Formats: sequence, structure tokens, C-alpha cells
Amino acid sequence: MNIQQLIDQIENEFEEVQPGTIKPESSFRELEGWSSMHALILIALIDNEYDILLTGEQLKNAQTVQDLFEIIQSK
Amino acid sequence: MGYITVKNTVIKAIYTSVPKQKVYTKDYDWVSVTERALFAKTTGITERRVASSTTTCSDLCFQAADALLNDLNCRDEIEMILFVSQSPDYFLPSTAVILQDKLGLSKNTLAFDINLGCSGYIYGLSVVGQFLQSGNIKKALLLCGDKSTISTNFQDKSTYPLFGDAGTATLLVYDDTVENWVIHLASDGSGKDSIIIEHGHSRHPYGMISDEYMEYEPGVIRTKKHLALNGMDVFNFALKEVAPSIKFMLEHFDKSIDDIDYFVLHQANKLINESVRKKLKIPAEKVPYSIQDFGNTSSASIPLTICYSLKNEIESNHLRLLFAGFGVGFSWGSALISTSRIRTKIIEHD
Repeated sequence: MNIQQLIDQIENEFEEVQPGTIKPESSFRELEGWSSMHALILIALIDNEYDILLTGEQLKNAQTVQDLFEIIQSK
Repeated sequence: MGYITVKNTVIKAIYTSVPKQKVYTKDYDWVSVTERALFAKTTGITERRVASSTTTCSDLCFQAADALLNDLNCRDEIEMILFVSQSPDYFLPSTAVILQDKLGLSKNTLAFDINLGCSGYIYGLSVVGQFLQSGNIKKALLLCGDKSTISTNFQDKSTYPLFGDAGTATLLVYDDTVENWVIHLASDGSGKDSIIIEHGHSRHPYGMISDEYMEYEPGVIRTKKHLALNGMDVFNFALKEVAPSIKFMLEHFDKSIDDIDYFVLHQANKLINESVRKKLKIPAEKVPYSIQDFGNTSSASIPLTICYSLKNEIESNHLRLLFAGFGVGFSWGSALISTSRIRTKIIEHD
């Protein structure tokens, strides 16, 4: 996998986000219209696509898309 | 993983009573229009039914049971009544005992309550099945439901738009010609704080502090007597435990996805249920939903979904079904059950 794949998947799930706007260094909580519901969508996405179940703690500690990518890669 | 077998037991009828009053997600003006749309899309909930202030869960279960007993003409034959709910009429006595009298059942009826939520239907089936399988008791009523809206607060976006009210009645009958059921039941009490009403019982009796409103995060304001729900914890629990429980049942009993006609899952929210479905590679048409029109109805959600989305199928065919209930506790379970022409009905309660 590469990080662009993860970015594409997130942009695909978050309809409010314009394609091409998310960068590896983007803080996902600062994305347009971010809400607590998006956290659940992210967990479901990563579970479905990578079979990795992030804990609430892991998600809380991650700031950027790069951080998420590193968690996925380390598993 | 442990499992139990239930012999000689068959479901004859499932009736559901829902309040007439509809409440729409699009009208939930505690949050922005965008948030309402995202909530509806993610949870799948666009409307739900809310009981009036004078209606209890037992009133809904009573209406469902009363209609069932009239239609199947078997009031005098009921020997057991089990009420599964977390919104009983009183601290005591048991609601099931009250319903024995209200429904005009014989004094020889065995009646008690079980305090479980979203896993309640699976537990209820297993308990009633244990009583029926020896043949000493021939007919039993399983009543499952909740008036969850009594404990949610309008200013708490994490609970208020999620829950709907419903009461159900399932008629179970002794029959020594039917296939065995197999049921997996499990618990993890370390998740107790993830879905909890903290005050009002013996650990934290109701007091002045129980009425104090606190803001836990933006859009989440409630008191300690309200229902608190940690969405992230519940979500993680469901993704971790539900699919393995279903998978265990299939593998252990040498069944494939193709052998099961429908997987009826507790209607938690669409994101959870779809994640479970995709993880197990179950075709979408085998996973019926009722959440869009009724919300999360706790232990009523599996029987309600059957009445609402599988009516024609279940009334006219022999089906092999897999039920999965999961939630508050944490408590969860799955049941592999064959059915044959079950009578169903949905009634509206004024």
C-alpha cells in the first residue's frame, strides 16, 4: 500500500471533502465539516480495507493522515 | 467459544408494537443541517418511533402479545412469560409478573424479567428454549423491547437521535419434530461504562447531583440519570466481537454463507452492520434492515426487522436464519435457527 491509496479512500468516504485536497500532512480533524461521526467512519474504513481495528486511544493520538498511515504500516 | 443447543423448540409468531409518533432526523435542530445529513447517512436512521410520556415498554409488549394471543387463539395455553428489557415498569415487581395478570394468563404461568438490551433477543430465545425443550412447558411468550427514549436527552447528539421505542412478542412452542437451534452467548463487563445510565439504582441512588446537567463535549449535554454512550468504544467492540461470533457459528456447524437465507443483525447503526456484513462477505440482500424507519430499538430490533423486512418470506417459506445481537454490557450472542411459516404483524400504538 502507499499513502496515496489511503488518501483516495478517505476522500472517497468523506463526501464533503473535495478530491485532491487531503495531503499526508493534513490534520484530519481540521478537514471541512469534521465531526465525531467521521472518527467512526475512519475506523470502519481502516478496518474494512486493512483489517486493522484502531482503538479510540490510537485515533486520539494520531493527528495527520501520515500518522494513520504509519499505524497501519506498523501492524 | 462455548455454545448451547436448544431442542424441540419452534417460533410460531412474532408481533411488534411501535408508537404511532414518528420523529425525523432531518428535524433534529440541536445539530446543524449538515450534521443531521451526515448522521442519517452514517447511521442509516432517517426516522424513528417515540412513545408518549404515558406509554411504557410493557404497554407496547402488551399490545403485541394481546393481538398475538387473540389471532392465534392460545391465551389459555401459555405457561411461561419472559420479559427482556432495560426499561421495566417498576424497580419491583418484575414486569413479566404484571403482564401475566394484564394479559389474562393462568396463575400457573412462570414469569420473570431479564435485564439485557441489544443482545436480549438472543438471550431470551435461549432461556425460553431451555424451558421448552423438555416438553413440560408447551407454549411460552418472549417479550422483548425498550422505551429507550425515556432516558435520552435532547441535548445529547450521541444518544438522542439514535434510539426508537418498540415492544415485541414472540410465541415459542414445543415441537419434537424440528431442527435444533444453536446459540453462542458471550459477555465482557469491562465495557460497562461504554453504555450506561449511572444514577438511579443502588450503586448511585438518585439524588440532587443526578439532575445536574454537564457538557461532556460539544453537543453532548446530559445528567447522570440519562443514558451515556461512548460511540467509539461501542463501535470498536462491535467490529471486534460480532463478526467472529457469527463466523464461529458458521464454521462450527459447517454452514456457509449460502446455507443461510438471512442474517438478521441487531440494528445498531448502519456503519457497524455494514462493516460486519462486508467483513463476512455476506451479500447485501441477505442482511435486512429496519433501522432507517425505526432507529435502534434495543432488544426489539431483531423481531421488528423480521416483521418489517421479511414478512412475506418468513410467513410463506422455510428459512434458515442467523441472528446476532450485541451491545450494552457488553453482551452479545448469535443464534442459528430454522423457521417455518411464522406469522407476523406490526401494530401501531396510540
